[in-house]
Amino acid sequence: MNESATPVQEGGKKPRSRNLLERPMQAVFTVCGFIAIAFVLLITVYLIISGLPAIREIGLWDFLFGTRWASTHKTDPAYGILPFILTSIYGTAGAILIGVPIGFFTAVYLAKVAPPRVAGVIRTAVDLLAGIPSVVYGLVGMMVLVPAIRETFDLAAGDSLLAAIIVLAVMILPSIISVSETALLAVPREYEEASLALGATELETYFRVSAPAAKSGIAAAVVLGVGRAIGEAMAILMVAGNVANMPSLFSSVRFLTTAIASEMSYASVGSLQRNALYSIGLVLFLFIMCINVVLNLFLKRDKEK
Amino acid sequence: MEKTASRSAGKSRVKNGNLSPRRRIYEIVMRALLYISSGLTVALLLFIIGTILVDGVPGLSWQFLTTQESVINDTNGILPAIQNTLYVIVVTLIIVLPLGVGAAIYLTEYAGNRRLVAAIEYATETLAGIPSILYALVGMLVFCQMMGLGKTLLAGSLTLVIMTLPTIIRTTQESLKTVPQSYREGALGLGAGRWHMIRTIVLPSSIDGIVTGCILAIGRIVGESAVLMFTAGMSMTMQDFFSSGGLIDSSGATLTVALYVYAKERADFKLAMSVAVVLLCITLCINLAAKLVGKRLKKK
Repeated sequence: MNESATPVQEGGKKPRSRNLLERPMQAVFTVCGFIAIAFVLLITVYLIISGLPAIREIGLWDFLFGTRWASTHKTDPAYGILPFILTSIYGTAGAILIGVPIGFFTAVYLAKVAPPRVAGVIRTAVDLLAGIPSVVYGLVGMMVLVPAIRETFDLAAGDSLLAAIIVLAVMILPSIISVSETALLAVPREYEEASLALGATELETYFRVSAPAAKSGIAAAVVLGVGRAIGEAMAILMVAGNVANMPSLFSSVRFLTTAIASEMSYASVGSLQRNALYSIGLVLFLFIMCINVVLNLFLKRDKEK
Repeated sequence: MEKTASRSAGKSRVKNGNLSPRRRIYEIVMRALLYISSGLTVALLLFIIGTILVDGVPGLSWQFLTTQESVINDTNGILPAIQNTLYVIVVTLIIVLPLGVGAAIYLTEYAGNRRLVAAIEYATETLAGIPSILYALVGMLVFCQMMGLGKTLLAGSLTLVIMTLPTIIRTTQESLKTVPQSYREGALGLGAGRWHMIRTIVLPSSIDGIVTGCILAIGRIVGESAVLMFTAGMSMTMQDFFSSGGLIDSSGATLTVALYVYAKERADFKLAMSVAVVLLCITLCINLAAKLVGKRLKKK
């Protein structure tokens, strides 16, 4: 369409004042177009430049697989981030384990079963859940969840991996629901009609025909949830207790994100401690990039169908 | 219409009574799971809202909303936080709107190379997927340290520009795509230049999409905390934006950061809950606004 339009633009006789702006505006828009790429490059380059020095100083192996983090220890500081990596992985896995089934069933209900009015109410609820700021989730978690966990399991403190997992599960719920719902709605009606005609009940059809047909969209929802969960910082900073332990369900833990957030405000510029925080950022960035690649794979497969 | 018709047809075809016990159990279990999950989702929202309202509303007062905290009078107020939030919203939007809308226009109206468009769209998606704590890191490095802005609201806003850019680009692009191709061809055929055509035909018909983008961006800005904590500071005193240099030098906590400071550093949960009520109201308004604009968009 662009090619065919160009001759008109150049050939016609138009008032000069209009023409005068054409080229500069095209240049302006082109610059704007490239700005997203520029930002991505800027972020990548900065994270690599600032993240590498500490890794070089500590040693890649000791950094990634060291089990002790004691960045402020006076005589024997240690910078091993394995506890953070594992906590992030366990926390995300836990959140997915809880959030995906609930999200999936809600999406099926919304897309296929719910009467329009009920679906409208639930959709509004989901939108609102998506809009609540993460510190508010953290606050409610602090006030309700943490004491509840402390009392239920008779612990000294309720700030734990479990609390973080539950908060994360709630936080990823909206994106899982809305992405899977979109995928389920896109399933051709003929598939379902064929299944119904063969004698399957409605629910059998939705779970054994519609859901498998929408599986790459649902997979995308899960991957999106993984990305959200692994990147969340503030909410879990408030409920996870923030001690650099190896992860276990009832102990106070630190995630990759909260490791950065909790020490960034007091680590002095130029110190190894601060540089190590940048390196954690780099590790997190690599995680996110891998997730993005997987996500795009699923989305593309969905589009091709 | 068609959907409901065929659904009821499906029901009459297979009566539950004709099913084998195994299938009947499957039916019951699955239906129960559907209802439980959906109910749980709604219940969660109600529970969160309920908790916040019960604990937070008693602390609300006119004075809480319209003054700053005072140690002498022993009163609390979040006016500075409200002001800072507004500042961040306005400054971020002023910068990100031209950039984002411009990028969307380039993508839909100018770019001829399909690969290039794909690359830019991929970059936009990547930006959307980067967690805010990484934006905080980069913002701190680039705007606070490199550019020498220090921890200021301006540095925070600039970081948020990068963060909200994908939202603006995507929504604008969506609405530009809905402008019929024939409008463009008509304008160009009548001898309008491309920019003239965009200014008079394309932009006016996609204004709703741009407004939606703005609303979504405001939602993200209001909800953001990690970025602002590390780039915009956490002070809770009034800023004088109109003194000399006030627009550039001011630093302070927005509502979300204030909530965090109250909850985590001062352990004053009642106050934090009151801030949460304010945030909840804003979230509600943003959702409503987005819905209204969305409806108008659909009507067209």
